[in-house]
Amino acid sequence: MDLFEYQAKELFAEYGVPVPQGKVASTAAEARAIAEEFAAAGKSRVVVKAQVKTGGRGKAGGVKVADDAEDAQAKAEQILGMDIKGHTVHRVLIEEASEIEEEYYFSFLLDRANRTFLSICSAEGGVEIEEVAETNPDAVAQISIDALQGAPADVAAKIVESGKLPAAAAEGAAEVVTKLWDAFVGKDATLAEVNPLILTKDGRVVALDGKVTLDENAGFRQDLDSLAASEEGDPLEVAAKAKGLNYVKLEGQVGIIGNGAGLVMSTLDVVAYAGEKHGGVAPANFLDIGGGASAEVMANGLEIILGDADVKSVFVNVFGGITACDAVANGIVQALEMLEERGDDVSKPLVVRLDGNNAELGREILSKRAHPAVRQVDTMDGAAAQAAELAAK
Amino acid sequence: MAIFLNKDSKVLVQGMTGSEGTKHTRRMLASGTNIVGGVNPRKAGQSVDFDGTDVPVFGSVAEGMKETGADVTVIFVPPKFTKSAVIEAIDAEIGLAVVITEGIPVHDTAAFWAHAGAKGNKTRIIGPNCPGIITPGESNAGIIPADITKPGRIGLVSKSGTLTYQMMYELREIGFSTAIGIGGDPIIGTTHIDALKAFQEDPDTDVIVMIGEIGGDAEERAADFIKDNVTKPVVGYVAGFTAPEGKTMGHAGAIVSGSSGTASAKKEALEAVGVKVGKTPSETAQLAREQF
Repeated sequence: MDLFEYQAKELFAEYGVPVPQGKVASTAAEARAIAEEFAAAGKSRVVVKAQVKTGGRGKAGGVKVADDAEDAQAKAEQILGMDIKGHTVHRVLIEEASEIEEEYYFSFLLDRANRTFLSICSAEGGVEIEEVAETNPDAVAQISIDALQGAPADVAAKIVESGKLPAAAAEGAAEVVTKLWDAFVGKDATLAEVNPLILTKDGRVVALDGKVTLDENAGFRQDLDSLAASEEGDPLEVAAKAKGLNYVKLEGQVGIIGNGAGLVMSTLDVVAYAGEKHGGVAPANFLDIGGGASAEVMANGLEIILGDADVKSVFVNVFGGITACDAVANGIVQALEMLEERGDDVSKPLVVRLDGNNAELGREILSKRAHPAVRQVDTMDGAAAQAAELAAK
Repeated sequence: MAIFLNKDSKVLVQGMTGSEGTKHTRRMLASGTNIVGGVNPRKAGQSVDFDGTDVPVFGSVAEGMKETGADVTVIFVPPKFTKSAVIEAIDAEIGLAVVITEGIPVHDTAAFWAHAGAKGNKTRIIGPNCPGIITPGESNAGIIPADITKPGRIGLVSKSGTLTYQMMYELREIGFSTAIGIGGDPIIGTTHIDALKAFQEDPDTDVIVMIGEIGGDAEERAADFIKDNVTKPVVGYVAGFTAPEGKTMGHAGAIVSGSSGTASAKKEALEAVGVKVGKTPSETAQLAREQF
């Protein structure tokens, strides 16, 4: 789960990582009130920053300096509601303006290849680190972290030295590295990035920006719910999440339900290939109902997919492994009945492919029920072709 | 022969007395696996009856190994307790730990992996979040349905569970030496490369099928490995060609970020080293058949 900048900075502050003072506003009037508080404390210059979970805010005009409270209100008005790479700005962070001497880069992230964590440190911050890594690779230090040892003072000092941060910033930066590691572990983060990490004119090292991704698997020991912003994401995705479904909205017309993440990914591909022959019909979603594939989960999944106005046909692709296909077929029948009882429209064509354990028994159950919306195809490729054709009509 | 698991494997089940553990222990026993015990400190000394087979419960992995000579453990404990269960298995120096549990925080996986390294990597770890490993006709450690196919000469390594089953089903008439699901998490114990190396050395394997998916660069690294180390024919499949950037596709590890982790890049890397890559599971199965 990605955090907004203001959430990332609250998290940093909790662990003692220095951040500029700031408050989040969702209206221009609130922005003005916050700027007035800063002015009263002798800090009339503030920065108004769009809160969106994507990069390139600055270039898009989502970060503006304001000279006083009135200006902050005007800038907030410009930024709120702005669209940045498909993300609507619902909030702005009003922050005291910092006196920047130099800008650096620092992050902790997952290192899949080495099955541990990695720190990246560079004296060239404030720009995209991927670009620096390409044009001047020597300027970007990548140091592997021993997951058991973490980043105590001596390790932090080495990281900062490898990143070639100047002496004036070394001590402060090393402290930030250690505190940031504590936050990274303490909150079960998979990414904690500070770009830029700045040296102020008065010699302090401060996290001027923050990007944090938290591990959703850690929900049992972290309070992730309070950090989730309800207005973020597609309404169907929000509804699916509320039902505990593993659903991702896509752009196409063929609704997809399958069991197992890999098989569903594969189903999306097969449908997209089949769709090429039917005017570019494509998958409408990713939905993995898991190994169990119970009637209730199937009904919830179908309800979300049939509620998608873009969907013209549905492909139910199940491989009976642990769950036998007769159970899955009964699940589909019960799911359709449940939806009809709820008063949902189930007239969109449902192409069902059952294979694996007890496939023939499962097919027989569906044939006997003979629901008008359901048609069966024995192979994944054949079913994808038919679902694509039906969606193109 | 086969890899990592065979008819002589003696298998413990950590979490055998839980609902998933019980269900799958019964299935593993039914498919001929030599299950020698369960592990649960609160039920040590008891035993569980599985349709006439009495399986003892031990207080620890070390005790189970001492009493039975177990060399494999399959772990079904809930995510909260998985880290300590794996560390217990590592400390007991068991040869193979198959971690089925889904939903483990990646910091926990990184910690037990680092612990395994600190202890000299005496325990091979498969998973987490994986279906396990099966050597058809010999032994089954995990949740892969044993009745899909029979013993044969294909070695299969895959990140995904159901795609493993699908591919075993497509190629059921040929059969498999060993099929191993390595799991879809960002950090996993046994990798594609480890399995490729073992299949290359396994006299019972003639053709290797490798299934990958979007995210990370494990497939690209596997391609590098194949180039210099694998002489047996390798057929590949990568799921997620149509996955959009920035969306996690079910598996925690399956995400395209920017230009990295795309299915196309993985396919290209594999094809560049002579791996035949199918566009769909059925096409991949056909390519594998043609190798015989």
